Amino acid sequence: MKFSEQWLREWVNPPLSTQALVSQITMAGLEVDGVEPAAAILSQVVVGEILSAEPHPNADKLKVCTVSIGTDRHQVVCGAPNARPGIKVPFALVGAKLDEFKIKKAKLRGVESFGMLCSERELGLSENHEGLMELADDAPVGADISGYLQLDDSIIEVDLTPNRSDCLGIIGLARETGLMNNLDVCMPDIQPIAAAHNDQVAVHLAALDGCPRFVGRVVRDVDLTAATPLWLTEKLRRSGIRSIDPVVDVTNYIMLELNQPMHAYDLNRLTGDITVRQSTEGEQLTLLNGSQTTLTAGTLLITDASGPIGMAGIMGGASTAVQSDTRDIYLEAAFFTPIAIAGRARAYGMHTDAGHRFERGVDYQGQERAMERATQLLLLIAGGRPGPLVDTVSEADLPQPIEVRLRAARVARVLGMVIDDADIENILKRLEFEFDLDPNSEDRAWLVQSPSHRFDINIEADLIEEISRIIGYEALPVTQPVASLSMLESTETQSSVRQVKQRLIDRGYSEAINYSFVDSDLQQRLLPDVTAVALKNPLSSEMSVMRTTLVGGLLKALVHNQNRQQTNVRLFEVGLVFHQQDQGALSFDAIAQREQLALVLSGQRFPEGWANAADLVDFFDLKGDLEALLGEQGLTFQADEIGGLQAGQSARILKDNVPLGQIGLLEASVADQFDLRAPAYVAEIDLSLALRQHVPQVQEVSKYPGVRRDIAILVARSVTATALRSVIEMSAGDALLHLKLFDVYMGKGIDPNQKSVGLGLTFQHPSRTLTDDEINTAMAEVVQALGSQLQAQLR
Amino acid sequence: MSDLDALRREALAAVASASELSEIEALRVQYLGKKGAITGQLKTLGQLPEADRPGAGALINQVKTEVDAAIHARWETQAAIAEAAKVQASAIDVTLPGRGLQRGALHPVSLVLERVEQFFHSVGFESVVGPEIEDDYHNFEALNLPAHHPARAMHDTFYLTDSLLLRTHTSPVQVRTMETREPPFRIICPGKTYRVDPPDPSHLPMFHQVEGLMVDEHCSFADLKGMITEFLRVFFERDDLKVRFRPSYFPFTEPSAEVDVQCVHCLGSGHCRVCSSTGWLEVMGSGMVHPSVLEMSGIDSEKYLGFAFGMGPERLAMLRYGVSDMRHFVENDLRFLEQFQ
Repeated sequence: MKFSEQWLREWVNPPLSTQALVSQITMAGLEVDGVEPAAAILSQVVVGEILSAEPHPNADKLKVCTVSIGTDRHQVVCGAPNARPGIKVPFALVGAKLDEFKIKKAKLRGVESFGMLCSERELGLSENHEGLMELADDAPVGADISGYLQLDDSIIEVDLTPNRSDCLGIIGLARETGLMNNLDVCMPDIQPIAAAHNDQVAVHLAALDGCPRFVGRVVRDVDLTAATPLWLTEKLRRSGIRSIDPVVDVTNYIMLELNQPMHAYDLNRLTGDITVRQSTEGEQLTLLNGSQTTLTAGTLLITDASGPIGMAGIMGGASTAVQSDTRDIYLEAAFFTPIAIAGRARAYGMHTDAGHRFERGVDYQGQERAMERATQLLLLIAGGRPGPLVDTVSEADLPQPIEVRLRAARVARVLGMVIDDADIENILKRLEFEFDLDPNSEDRAWLVQSPSHRFDINIEADLIEEISRIIGYEALPVTQPVASLSMLESTETQSSVRQVKQRLIDRGYSEAINYSFVDSDLQQRLLPDVTAVALKNPLSSEMSVMRTTLVGGLLKALVHNQNRQQTNVRLFEVGLVFHQQDQGALSFDAIAQREQLALVLSGQRFPEGWANAADLVDFFDLKGDLEALLGEQGLTFQADEIGGLQAGQSARILKDNVPLGQIGLLEASVADQFDLRAPAYVAEIDLSLALRQHVPQVQEVSKYPGVRRDIAILVARSVTATALRSVIEMSAGDALLHLKLFDVYMGKGIDPNQKSVGLGLTFQHPSRTLTDDEINTAMAEVVQALGSQLQAQLR
Repeated sequence: MSDLDALRREALAAVASASELSEIEALRVQYLGKKGAITGQLKTLGQLPEADRPGAGALINQVKTEVDAAIHARWETQAAIAEAAKVQASAIDVTLPGRGLQRGALHPVSLVLERVEQFFHSVGFESVVGPEIEDDYHNFEALNLPAHHPARAMHDTFYLTDSLLLRTHTSPVQVRTMETREPPFRIICPGKTYRVDPPDPSHLPMFHQVEGLMVDEHCSFADLKGMITEFLRVFFERDDLKVRFRPSYFPFTEPSAEVDVQCVHCLGSGHCRVCSSTGWLEVMGSGMVHPSVLEMSGIDSEKYLGFAFGMGPERLAMLRYGVSDMRHFVENDLRFLEQFQ
């Protein structure tokens, strides 16, 4: 909410600078979003009186005016249509500065002009540029315009939290300022206004939980053409509200001043009695702003014999709106309960100042006061004959004051500081809370009732908050919590996510973070068989479904980098993927939210450099990274055809025979979909499984020498390294310590269907030196087994 | 004997002029080897009279020793020279870059989260994570935000169904913890959160939060102030960092406070785009856990008190590392990320 500092100071005027006041308001919990001057600084602009306005000899639309500023007279050429003798207008003297524009002596069509008569826009007060700004008849000629218009003001914008709806009006801000400074608040004088006739509109409250009070009044013979005085329009302007006509201006003014939204109807467009009731599904209402609304059930309505005439507390209807020819009006000041208004405007895609206030809570005792004040102002500005104020109310359905028990000991325990009883009582008093000592309590306690303008005081904690806020958070002590030491769990069978990340970082990968919502079509290309969960209200189609794989995001990041000359890319991401478990109704339990790790690798193996080969990465770079990450023990890769990955270069990853994820070269057609320019290798694994690790159990290191024998064999290309290893491990006997596959060759010199494989076998016995014979026998067994089982020949 | 002397001079001269190690070795063989010239002199002793033999033998041995020493010395010298030359020839430009991979980098958001978690781990807080797709109850209801609560307007929410949503804060993790654990406990909950905000320099539809919660028989607002103040001083590595607690409102805490730190950019000195010249930066929300929130999760609010706080790692990363645009955090541009090596 924006408000004029001067307006606040009319109610309560603490001896504080603007800056100190703003800081005090902020520290009271009403966060100030900004402070700006109410108008540009104007110098040498004064109140001028037009003494004469003669036609310009050389121009039809210009006039030559004589302007008095009391001591002097000036000749001014002016083009405004309303320039005429007798009016008082802002007059910028030669030398004045308006915004960045300096007034100079000028000659207009041959006639000299000394200064400028100003419109509201030229003073920076509004967008109105239809003519000169006409000042009141009693404006003192020659007076400085900034002083006269009280432009030396600040507009303060507070960002109010939802609990402090009481401060959505000057009345609340003044109360708060008063209590922070221990000053009394000076309310405007509001008196009951006597009825000049007895015309009324009957009101029926048919939804008491939504509207327990409806105050109305008929005012006849209102002059809508009357001008709203400057002091009022200026206050509206400084709160960001445009002046419309006297009736709208007054109702807006009451909302800003007393925090009571009001509405005015054209009395002659009302048909019969007014009933406040809940809507039924499908009812139609055309609102003031022209929008045709089909109502859902549960919307509080103002209706008359013709049907709905307004969305209660949110916006009035078009059919009964006050129009330029309106003479007789019916004013409404009602109390609509927060529960009846909350969320309704939003549900219809609207936000109104009235709805904003009602859904947070307005003072349920403030309606009569607002009606009297509104009538008072309206009569002052636009005349008219008021009818009686009619308060239709169901007292039993109004909010009932709650008695809250406040214990001194609890205050001390929550805040960590003992507050004197006298201080607590003083704060309660300043807050206008009624209280008594609890007679039934052995310890010091009070029974407290909050005033009707506070909707946020329901439990003891609410009062403790108020006390701490008024004392000031800065005044509360700073201590360190004392608690019993309890150790955090720590396990060696599970590495931490941080360790996993660090291993990857050490191997050249950087961590990426991508959105959890992705493009549905692109994701389908990667994981065609998994059902993604869709958002009901996505920001865009590219962010419409929850990711089922992390790979999509990494590929987008890869493209981003490739398009910016970053072609050697190693990225990883850790995050949740979301799989819908079954095709039934979507429920919390039907969505698997699993933490995964994905990697993408593309470009050259090493950064460009004098010592680095320029080889491109391949499958085995990524596989090597995974082996380093996961530990080779129990880790296996099984060739498989996997959606999105190129056949023949893709594999399932298993650890201790548990499927962990997959690895492979991205299929060319998918790469095209993502606009990738270079081959990309990707892997994705289930993180919780990947974190498992073995607690080492040491095997004794033999002190006897190991013996290594190398052989080269020819074998069909289709025979895998795993097959070779398993045959060798089965046939070499217990003394085989390890097996190295040190060479694979295909090409010139050998059968195109075959490959040459170099194998190094190391034998060692735990407790003695092996003899040549033993090793020879083992090697013969190996060669024999390779031959018989895999048709391998020695080269 | 004049032969011997000539031989001696000839050998010493030859040794002195030999430079290659192979030459020196050849001279050793030539003069001192089994068939060497000086060794050969010993064989002539037999031709001498018996009485002259010891004297002549001693002379020959003396020459042999002298030449041997000369050869040895020459070898040492030349070997050292040869070694030095070899070393010189193998000298490299040590300023050339090293071989192989460069290190990658941890994402700055992770970097911040790690520092935050480390601090709180050091005082006994345990990290807990939870689901990102949440139900309405845990994200709102259990946190004192019933349907139509005006504060829900501040949580522009992505919905999957009427009751399933993307969590708008990490607080539901606290609810889930309170539901399942007996106090006292201290937890820290990092994770992703979502709100319907199109990406711009200061908003992302997905961002991170890290929240902390302590529930114990004794923990007060003063303790909250103490812990947060210390954390911020540790995080920004400034012992004298000014920290300010300002009354605010969250439905799930009461009293509630926004926490501001002295602007780490201008240190409160004035014209500053980081703090809009206010001298203060809002860095987190905090407060005493609302009694209803404790009760809803089955914790006796008379016996136990709690404090909670929450902050945005992106915001902290922007302040600490000078990141000017939120969108950098999701672009994954290596030129950005690798600055965090």
